Amino acid sequence: MRKLGGVRAPHRKGTAASAPERIPIPPEVRLPMSMHIGAPAKPVVKAGDAVKVGQLIGEASGFVSSPVHASVSGKVKRVDEYDAVTGLGALSVVIESDGEQTPHDGLRAPEVNDMKSFLGAVRESGVVGLGGAGFPTAVKLTVKDISAVDYILINGAECEPYITSDTRTMLDETELLEEGALLLGKYLGVKNIVFGVESNKPEPISRLAEFTSRRDGMEVRTLPAMYPQGGEKVLIYQITGRRVPEGKLPLDVGVVVLNCTTLTAIVKYIKTGMPLVSKCVTVDGSAVVKPGNVVAPIGAPLSSLFEFCGGLKGDVKKVLMGGPMMGIAAPSLDMPVLKATNAALAFSEKDARLPEETPCIRCGRCVSHCPMGLMPLEFERAYRLKKPELLERYKVNLCMECGCCAYSCPAKRMLVQYIKLSKIMLRERQAADKAAAERKEAAV
Amino acid sequence: MNELLVSVSPHIRDGATTRGIMRDVIIALAPAAAASVIIFGARAALVVAFCAVACPLLEAAYEKALGRKATAGDLSACVTGVLLAFNLPVGIPLWKAFVGCAAAIILVKQLFGGLGKNFANPAITARIVMLLAFPAAMAAWACGGGLFGETYDAVTGATPLTMIAQGNTGALPPLSAMLLGVRGGCLGETSAVALALGGVYLLARRVITWHAPAAFILTVFVFSALLGRDPVYQVLSGGLLLGAIFMATDYVTTPQTAAGRLVFGLGAGLITVIIRAYGSYPEGVSFSILLMNILTPYIGRLTAKKAFGGADA
Ligand code: SF4
Ligand code: SF4
Repeated sequence: MRKLGGVRAPHRKGTAASAPERIPIPPEVRLPMSMHIGAPAKPVVKAGDAVKVGQLIGEASGFVSSPVHASVSGKVKRVDEYDAVTGLGALSVVIESDGEQTPHDGLRAPEVNDMKSFLGAVRESGVVGLGGAGFPTAVKLTVKDISAVDYILINGAECEPYITSDTRTMLDETELLEEGALLLGKYLGVKNIVFGVESNKPEPISRLAEFTSRRDGMEVRTLPAMYPQGGEKVLIYQITGRRVPEGKLPLDVGVVVLNCTTLTAIVKYIKTGMPLVSKCVTVDGSAVVKPGNVVAPIGAPLSSLFEFCGGLKGDVKKVLMGGPMMGIAAPSLDMPVLKATNAALAFSEKDARLPEETPCIRCGRCVSHCPMGLMPLEFERAYRLKKPELLERYKVNLCMECGCCAYSCPAKRMLVQYIKLSKIMLRERQAADKAAAERKEAAV
Repeated sequence: MNELLVSVSPHIRDGATTRGIMRDVIIALAPAAAASVIIFGARAALVVAFCAVACPLLEAAYEKALGRKATAGDLSACVTGVLLAFNLPVGIPLWKAFVGCAAAIILVKQLFGGLGKNFANPAITARIVMLLAFPAAMAAWACGGGLFGETYDAVTGATPLTMIAQGNTGALPPLSAMLLGVRGGCLGETSAVALALGGVYLLARRVITWHAPAAFILTVFVFSALLGRDPVYQVLSGGLLLGAIFMATDYVTTPQTAAGRLVFGLGAGLITVIIRAYGSYPEGVSFSILLMNILTPYIGRLTAKKAFGGADA
């Protein structure tokens, strides 16, 4: 078996014992129509409309898309284009909350009795990959030939430092996970359902084992506490020994991976009819006064989460949505909690400071730590030489941007930044090549 | 509230720095430096210190003159200096050592763009330049002069390799002397024990991997034995251990993958044995490493890591 790279990042799971508390409903929430990968949802409300919790406000527009529901009751203040700093772009619906949290009258537990109705329910629940990826879950589960799938992996690795929201799911919603696993087995007919959890979470592991040991085809697998065990291809390899080939999906090797909180969100919808409208978020970081887990309505500004956790102290310099390895730096505290937001981290000046970049010494650390077996230093070189063909040869497309390379680089090269730029350069080259080929064809 | 900093992930980094790595290399070179003083006397310390200071100063001066950013603080020039000194006979006149330092830092390192850009190992290349420029001074092997006194053949000052080349194997120092380093040779290359200690330290600190040194040493061992030479003496003689542990592991001028490093060690080992057996120089480590440095980009291409799940390109 190939030993995949990775890094022993610090765990910093200080909030693991903090049971999530609901934050007070903020006066205003902002729900972007594009909280998922794929086509943005289409707003079905307009300014002035009254909405209630769970009401559809944006409908899925196409197959790879996901609906959006109101997370608070109140009045739609406006539907506007959101500042695209973070690439959220598209439209978003701003709701002024009335503080009542009145549930929408139309909410009813969906009737689920076969695969089709099960998938329909997943689609309507608005659930997307809650581990951070945000890929519409219904799309992931809609498989041409489900009989070719023999493994569903429930991802509870939670390998990012700081984040403990999935840990809380596994501890606080163990029954929902059991129900979810049974539903998956029943409606998708998949034989093996395996939970993957890193060894630094013994409590969730034993909790899950309580029911998996009683159930046929269910199992908890302890993974080494080495980032990034939760990366999809890494997880699949560690548990099933299968490699997802280049350009293929987990499905092609008979595997579907779902994040554990994604699964409980589906179960909640199927049981109550309440779609995904709130989210457990870990609030932590050196600038947070009282770190802990919170449950926040989707669309709540990050500032409301920090306020609930005692506010921010000192010189706040960086705020992250997600973990420190792959999270996105928020340009402002007004950024809303998205469906896939699992952490809001705030850091003081000292921890936010960017280390100085020094010349690459070709030490090979980025190579030996890359879980995908890539040569990150060559990406930077090819990018600087403006040679997309080298990027292609070194397979920049296989990079999952996990950050292990930049994390371990002694020269502090900003490798992931160069990789992102490299991917754009390669795409542009491919588009130009295609256009040229078409022109040539047209000329003939 | 002040502006939030927006940067691309990851937002945390581990503690390794270039300076820290170079510091580890200097620590790993310390036992051999100490051994050189014990074996060759105080002048060894003078030569090592001189080169260790001259190289960073040359780098700083060059960068200052060209208005470039000062980089001597990363300690890499200091490492080059110590390595170059280790490759010189203890009696080398300091001005000649200075010429070597200049060749290493200016010619090989800075003219190619500084740290990370040079294709050849600066210390090794500088040594070869000196061999060509000052053949007599570079072959003036002193032996003894330190705590052990003039134990072995100080008059001719031949190294074990020259003795073997001359067929004078009867005069070879005993194995214990070879291990401790009480023999003729460059000042930092003789003590196998001290060099191995440094190698173990570098392995333990994960500064180097075992691939290139192991392949290098093993190849010399096996290939020498095949040619009917005493493999143990071949491994302990000349600059083999110094080269295998400290030069064949130089990041910049050797491959980045495990497979590439094995190939590098293998190639360097083969070339070393061939030069020793058939060449006009009794010693071949410097040339073999330089040759493999030149081949490194090609080795890198041939041994590029196979991506996980990657289709064949
Ligand atoms: S880890 Fe950094 S310094 Fe080392 S080879 Fe990779 S990019 Fe270069
Ligand atoms: S970010 Fe990409 S290149 Fe870097 S370690 Fe992760 S997968 Fe490899």
